[in-house]
Amino acid sequence: MNAPRKPVKLRVATTSLAGCFGCHMSFLDIDERLLELLEFIEFDRSPLTDIKHCGPCDIGIIEGGVCNAENVHVLREFRANCKILIALGACAVNGGLPAQRNHLDLRDILAAVYVTEEGLVQGTQIPNDLELPLPLNHVHPIHEVVNIDYFLPGCPPSGDAIWKFLTDLLAGHTPRLGHGLIRYD
Amino acid sequence: MNDTDAINEVLVRHGKDGTRLMQILRETQEELGWLSPATLTAIAAGINWPRSRVESTAGFYSFFHTTPLGRYRVLWSDNITDRMLGNMDLMQAMCKKLWLEPGRVSADGLVSVDTTSCTGMCDQGPAILVNYRAITHMTAERIDQMVELIHNQTPITEWPAEWFKIEDNIRRADILLTNTMPPGEALRISFARGAATEVETSFSERSWHESMQASDIGASATLDEIKKSALRGRGGAGFTTGLKWEACHNAPGRTRYVVCNADEGEPGTFKDRVLLTRQPDLVLEGMTVAAYIIGANKGFVYLRGEYRYLLEPLNAVLAKRRKLGLLGENILGREGFNFDIEVHLGAGAYVCGEESALIESLEGKRGVPRNRPPYPVTNGFLNQPTVVNNVETFASAALIAAKGGDWYRSFGSARSTGTKILSVSGDCERPGIYEYPFGVTVRQVLEECGAHNTQAVQVSGPSGICLNRDEFDRRIAFGDVPTAGAFMVFGQQRDIFEVVRNFVHFFAHESCGFCTPCRVGTTLLKNLVDKIADGNGTRTDIDEIFHLNRLLQTTAHCGLGHTACNPLLYTLEKFRPAYERRLKLLKFVPAFDLDAALSQARQMTGRDDAGAHLETQSEIAQ
Amino acid sequence: MSETNTFILDDQEIPFTPGQSVMQAALSAGVFIPHLCYHPEFRPHGSCKLCTVKINGRPATSCTTPAAHGMEVESNTPEILDKRRTLVQMLLIEGNHFCPSCEKSGFCKLQALGYELGVMTPRFNLMYPTRPVDASHPDVLLDFNRCILCELCIRASTEVDGKFVFALSGRGIKKHLVVNAESGRLADTNFSLTDKAAQVCPVGVILPKRMGFAVPIGQRHFDDAPISAHVDEFKPVMPGPGGRS
Repeated sequence: MNAPRKPVKLRVATTSLAGCFGCHMSFLDIDERLLELLEFIEFDRSPLTDIKHCGPCDIGIIEGGVCNAENVHVLREFRANCKILIALGACAVNGGLPAQRNHLDLRDILAAVYVTEEGLVQGTQIPNDLELPLPLNHVHPIHEVVNIDYFLPGCPPSGDAIWKFLTDLLAGHTPRLGHGLIRYD
Repeated sequence: MNDTDAINEVLVRHGKDGTRLMQILRETQEELGWLSPATLTAIAAGINWPRSRVESTAGFYSFFHTTPLGRYRVLWSDNITDRMLGNMDLMQAMCKKLWLEPGRVSADGLVSVDTTSCTGMCDQGPAILVNYRAITHMTAERIDQMVELIHNQTPITEWPAEWFKIEDNIRRADILLTNTMPPGEALRISFARGAATEVETSFSERSWHESMQASDIGASATLDEIKKSALRGRGGAGFTTGLKWEACHNAPGRTRYVVCNADEGEPGTFKDRVLLTRQPDLVLEGMTVAAYIIGANKGFVYLRGEYRYLLEPLNAVLAKRRKLGLLGENILGREGFNFDIEVHLGAGAYVCGEESALIESLEGKRGVPRNRPPYPVTNGFLNQPTVVNNVETFASAALIAAKGGDWYRSFGSARSTGTKILSVSGDCERPGIYEYPFGVTVRQVLEECGAHNTQAVQVSGPSGICLNRDEFDRRIAFGDVPTAGAFMVFGQQRDIFEVVRNFVHFFAHESCGFCTPCRVGTTLLKNLVDKIADGNGTRTDIDEIFHLNRLLQTTAHCGLGHTACNPLLYTLEKFRPAYERRLKLLKFVPAFDLDAALSQARQMTGRDDAGAHLETQSEIAQ
Repeated sequence: MSETNTFILDDQEIPFTPGQSVMQAALSAGVFIPHLCYHPEFRPHGSCKLCTVKINGRPATSCTTPAAHGMEVESNTPEILDKRRTLVQMLLIEGNHFCPSCEKSGFCKLQALGYELGVMTPRFNLMYPTRPVDASHPDVLLDFNRCILCELCIRASTEVDGKFVFALSGRGIKKHLVVNAESGRLADTNFSLTDKAAQVCPVGVILPKRMGFAVPIGQRHFDDAPISAHVDEFKPVMPGPGGRS
């Protein structure tokens, strides 16, 4: 690795919005290189730390698109706190699988799932618990809601792609993936 | 008569000729109300074309319906000048009375109301088309009566005749509009040039003369007059007419064609409509002179679909000219000079004003501009050499043929000879038609049309140039402010941003969709401008406009894409505050309303608590 | 080949035979120019605009411009690459391109050009158009979501198959592919899996049924090398002027 000399560790936060955590799993696929990475970074809010809210960070990594109100709040929290915000994976970049619902009307979806679907338990209704975030009419890629600095496509991006991307960034280079690492699937 | 018989009658009328598909589709639709899948199949079988190609053409043009749109189809002209005259409120009022939404068909299938691109009635708006018949000067009162007539299913032929009256509004006439030359005069004089032999033929002209038949001396001498006149095309591009005709004459081909471009689609332009109303003989004579010079047997007037009402009057003039021996075989007794003209009606596609798209349309196809070269002068209609010129160009050429190039050059300026007809509309006391010698200042036009407190003038339509008050001493001329004829005046009270927005929507609606940058880019521009209009724009969006402009200017397939950003560029340069007062500062704002995006879920869950809301766009602004 | 028939492409001398386009000459010489609507077996179309270059300083589509001696052609400049990137982005946001579920992934020229040009973001807001698929045909699925309107299937069906199965309808952003049937269903046309038109789709619209995902990731067509390294596949095949000599 082209080791960056950085006395202070960079603070990194990660989260998954409307995603499947597959990109996070892929992140873990950098395997033992994660230890190397930890020489240079430390985690803020992330499924790896269980910190609930994002504090001031150097890098925020977002997996998943925006499909509900809570996603909006989390995304905004990241944008407000992170100097660099990265869209990680297909869902964050273009909506991905969750966005496949975008050609349907949300009302029809809710009615089909909770009202007209056969075999529903009697009395089933559309969940309206205040704890549950409401879904948005359509799923949006995150760059449609806040400014995004970098995009790393892939479903998921491979561990190698994530490694190359982050090490470029940590070394002060604009990340460049090249053939084989840039993938949309 | 059942549908099959009706279709057959139309097919037979057109000799089952596929190149006449546009006319076949229009006439069938006039009979049957719309073009059903079965109708398209029957037409395809009739002309022996694959059905897919017929559907392809039918789906391209705004005025062909492949879904039923009601027995009464009301289209509101949506040029900015119509908007300034209140067309949107009137359309809403009409929809309310008819219990329908714009763009929808009434539940009983009786009527639909929608907008359409400028119908060329800017000096007498708000204008509409009802079943493609033009009606002007719309008022709340007329709407009341019209709704009544529609409810009673009164045929349009029985609607008040004064509604269909189209005014010429000629405010200033010069050599074209004051013309009183009898039909045939320009032709007679052209023929006579042959009889006068080749006097004073210069050396440089000799080679051209030698290429011509002896009987064509008159034609060559008349071409010399056209060249001497320095006449340039009046449709916008300004190509030298004489050179175009000469190139077409010299191009190898089985036969040749003369096409008059009367697809006056540039919003704010309506001078060709008036020329075809007041001086049809002059225009047709110009075409016949062109045919004489290039050696054509067949001509077309490509008349925009919005001017459907001119079809019968023009056909009557053509019939009269045939009777006078000015069209048909052996014109004016001249052995072997056979030429006839036919009016071809368009169907609502601005891009067909581009000459190669127009030729595609004449051939019954989608109006998509061709790859050039080759140009129409060598490979035009049915791949034969073809001259395409604007209505005003042909009218001017007829005058030149009769009176000579020197005479013509005495009007206008050295580099821009002759006169130019302007279509003046917008904020002025006397909108209408103004014919000036080239070189007139914008200020003089403004004074004579009664414009006060003028903020801006848009010359030559949305793809043209926007002038601010510091530029009113500029001149209408090829070397300064060139124009195809539109001259839209905007007073100090107008919001220039709304003008731009109207134009940007126009381009998105009229992009043919052939090339990626224009097809997608014009829609992206529309979305950007709407975002700014909604108060959600940021500086980034302005940068994006420039980015898209660089792409469209260099990679789009034709002039529509090349110029689609012009209204934005000119006004960003000259009227920047119109944008800035709408922009948000720095903060990123989504193009959609996040709170509204939760509306369906709120509706279905019955929730209205704080957690069921995100801040609205206006709250983000704070 | 006459020695005088050369032009300069990004500082490289490219020979050509008279009648060849700039694109054909470049590909013949092993120099890749990005393209989607160009296909060596069909007449050039010039609609995707990916092959835009600058010829003597003026922008032009290299697939429709005849090569001429002494031309100075710029192709791989930052300015032109930026425009090509934007064009790919436009095509990506105009349709529904969800690569993980597409059988053409790894074989798709749009995707390969995205990789080639380093397209990391859709840049624009996505349009998510609603375009129902046509699964009526026994052997072929039509997934219009991925159509980039290159007209290659139209040209193949018209010029090679003589069937006119495909055509375009609509205008502008509403332009779309239609099939030659009153029902609008592919099953009601005479389309066949053996048609040339079934072989030319550069993206994942025209798909043979029962064959999806036959090749694993890593072994797919463009997995081994960037599309620019596949330049030999795009060399002109037509004989005589304009073709490989």
